[in-house]
Amino acid sequence: MPEDTKIMDKDDVKRAVMRIAHEILEKSKGVEDLCIIGIRTRGVVLADRINECIKEIEGKNVPCGVLDITLYRDDLTLVANQPIVHETKIAFDISGKRVVLVDDVLFTGRTIRAALDALIDFGRPSCIQLAVLVDRGHRELPIRADYVGKNIPTNRDDNVKVILKENDKKEDQVVVEKGKIK
Amino acid sequence: MSQWTKHDLLDLEDLSKDELELILTTAKSFREVSSRDVKKVPALRGKTVVMLFFEPSTRTRISFELAAKRLSADTLNVAASSSSLSKGETILDTAKNIEAMNVDAIIVRHSCAGIPKVLADNLGPSIINAGDGCRAHPTQALLDIFTMKDKKGRIEGLNVGIVGDILHSRVARCNITALNKLGANVTVCGPSTLMPVGVEKLGVQVSYDVDDVISKSDCLMLLRIQKERQEDKFLPSIREYAKKFGINKERLKKAKKDLLIMHPGPTNRGVELTADVADGEQSVILEQVTNGIAVRMAVLFLLLGTKEE
Amino acid sequence: MALLIKNAIIVNADKVEKNPQDILIEKGIIEKIAPAIKDTGAKVIDAAGKMVLPGFIDLHVHLREPGSEDKETIESGSKAAAKGGFTTICCMPNTKPVLDNAMVVEAVRKESERVGLVNVLVIGAITRGQKGEELVDMFELKEAGCIALSDDGYSVNNAQLLRLALEYSKMTGQVIIEHCQDPQLFAKGVMNEGLTSTKLGLKGDPGISETVIIARDIEIANYLNARIHFAHVSLKRSLELIRQAKKERIKVTCEVTPHHFSLTEDEMKSFNTNAKVNPPLRSKEDIDAIKKALKDGTIDCIATDHAPHTVEEKEQDLDHAPYGMIGLETAFGLAVSELVETGILSWADLAEKMSSGPANILGLSKKGAIKEGFDADLVIVDPKAQWIVKEEEFASKSRNTPFVGKKLVGRVEKTINAGKVVF
Repeated sequence: MPEDTKIMDKDDVKRAVMRIAHEILEKSKGVEDLCIIGIRTRGVVLADRINECIKEIEGKNVPCGVLDITLYRDDLTLVANQPIVHETKIAFDISGKRVVLVDDVLFTGRTIRAALDALIDFGRPSCIQLAVLVDRGHRELPIRADYVGKNIPTNRDDNVKVILKENDKKEDQVVVEKGKIK
Repeated sequence: MSQWTKHDLLDLEDLSKDELELILTTAKSFREVSSRDVKKVPALRGKTVVMLFFEPSTRTRISFELAAKRLSADTLNVAASSSSLSKGETILDTAKNIEAMNVDAIIVRHSCAGIPKVLADNLGPSIINAGDGCRAHPTQALLDIFTMKDKKGRIEGLNVGIVGDILHSRVARCNITALNKLGANVTVCGPSTLMPVGVEKLGVQVSYDVDDVISKSDCLMLLRIQKERQEDKFLPSIREYAKKFGINKERLKKAKKDLLIMHPGPTNRGVELTADVADGEQSVILEQVTNGIAVRMAVLFLLLGTKEE
Repeated sequence: MALLIKNAIIVNADKVEKNPQDILIEKGIIEKIAPAIKDTGAKVIDAAGKMVLPGFIDLHVHLREPGSEDKETIESGSKAAAKGGFTTICCMPNTKPVLDNAMVVEAVRKESERVGLVNVLVIGAITRGQKGEELVDMFELKEAGCIALSDDGYSVNNAQLLRLALEYSKMTGQVIIEHCQDPQLFAKGVMNEGLTSTKLGLKGDPGISETVIIARDIEIANYLNARIHFAHVSLKRSLELIRQAKKERIKVTCEVTPHHFSLTEDEMKSFNTNAKVNPPLRSKEDIDAIKKALKDGTIDCIATDHAPHTVEEKEQDLDHAPYGMIGLETAFGLAVSELVETGILSWADLAEKMSSGPANILGLSKKGAIKEGFDADLVIVDPKAQWIVKEEEFASKSRNTPFVGKKLVGRVEKTINAGKVVF
């Protein structure tokens, strides 16, 4: 039985999201030209939460979009199980904007690579930054996050599970499952 | 949601309700791609899709071609003669030659039922049926249903009227099959000489009263009356057809306000419907065309998007 | 050289011998039938454990020569016939040119004599060029050897012309064989019209294309008190009409093909062009009626409608692929598997449907039975042998049959025509 370790609880997640929101605002010097795009599925929830925090702090929202990177994956022809293609919803022009891309876990970097390709197809932002709840290491591409909720040292075959109540109908938490990736 | 496991798309009869819904859902995601400035995603980069058309077609071919291109696949058109034996080559010869060039999918249209199945039984690439004789035209039915679902929010319980030459229509057959699976109530309506034998056993209502069908329907699908078929004298005259079954503004007074007028195209204005109906606010004929690309992208992606097991 | 078949269970249409008999053949004639004939110096064939039937007679074969020798020749067709247990076959006149004059008929006869495997009887056309416009010189064809005439492939669509042919045939004594099909109703259907054709989106042939011609022809035959034979009857309703006509003593006879009692229209679900035949494969209900009609004598005989076509032609789509399947080499196995094994026909009945029945229709007085003084046309069969139809084993030049891969019971072991072992 592999042991599961809870790395973050509900309050840790809340604090991390709030801190990321503060850091984004600090670095961007306000909300002007700022927009947030969440990567399906859990990145979308986190993006919404960050946006709420921004409203709490600044008194107003920034444009928020949803990105599905399935069609840009570099492993499409390697996976046997058909991934479901979901809709991408970016209802605003990203050209000239400061885009903050949001995902739950940063691991190999391949998802972010696909997301960058997808974003470029939508326009030419003035800059793209990356916010993640967890950075677990083991990068396969030269990608790093600008905002990190928590750095977690892991083994390559550990599974980092982010549980968010909007998606999983369970209390927020981050769990590391030992040796779960084959 | 169900996993996609099919290798070919030959007829909607072969698909489960879940599989039909997966295509519709996937198509919805793809419609967004066509609305972008850069209408292209790299999902099928490096794949080759051949359109092998034994029967001339403009719309379906262009729609498939755009769908493939928006997925970054390479496309190729082969216009073949239906009686290729005159050149000493059989259909299978032609198709095997194409297969030998390592293509990933062959989209085939033929004037006779069964050719896509014969190709699928004999070849490795995915075969997509783009219309075979009077049998099936799965992507057309899918885009029709996609459009209905998009406009009405559901398929289950919808009253769908299909009006015209049911006998020779692959679009009608294919729609009947899929709409039945998805729980719609289908009524076919047209001259009795253009009803196929045993149509009532296909799970549809049969009516010869177009006004009655109009008043009860949520969606009205009009089929093309092929004037070239008139040589067989199935109808006393096109004129009589237009009078008795043609849809005009007057007839639509009895229709539900939100009735959808659909047509697979090309329309015979003045026969199946008048110009003001074709261009009227209830008409979704052009949306069908737009949705066709999304549906075909979904089909191509589902068939070619992942590796073979 | 004389031939002695020993220990044979002899099957005739009127009787199956209980005990093994010996059959002595001299000069092509059955000389003597008796238990344990003494060795006479004749060549001996031991048929212990086997059955001997009168050589099969096929009223309906397409040999394709002259004109389409890529599909079949008189030689390859004769080999296929011998392999299938047939000693007499009648070839249909829809060759190129059509067999509608003495010269071409002579040519076919000469070639079949050169081949010398089975008796080939030539069926002449009813109308010149099978065009349905004017009668052939029927006496001339009679003298050339045509004991029957047919426009097979088409009905004699003009009822007046058929009336004349039937009237004239009373003088010539030729059997008029009608391919029953109204061309407008048929409309080049590729399969039986019904729910299945609707679902498959294939052009259907409504059975009425057959029944209207049968009804019409019965009326004409009745009016003229003339004889007519109906080729490849395929429908329950056709058989009802024929049964009634026979009851009224109208001189009608008919045949059925092995594929019409073995396969249903469901075969078309695979879009196999080898199952595209004319008339098309029908419903289960029709098959049941055919079996009943074979049993009660409404159907007089089994005829193959052996119709060879090249692979290239059959590899077209269903609209363009030609009609027909080969049948000589599978007929016996299908008849045993579908009719005898299932208890519908006895062995004696089978001898009637495949030998004495067709002999009677053609008026061949020395054929169709194993009797002293009859022609020594015999087939030795293993009634219980099981075998699988294999594409590479056909003697025919063509392979167009949906029965490849099918397991059959009953195999032809040897075929003897006029005292000569031809297979």
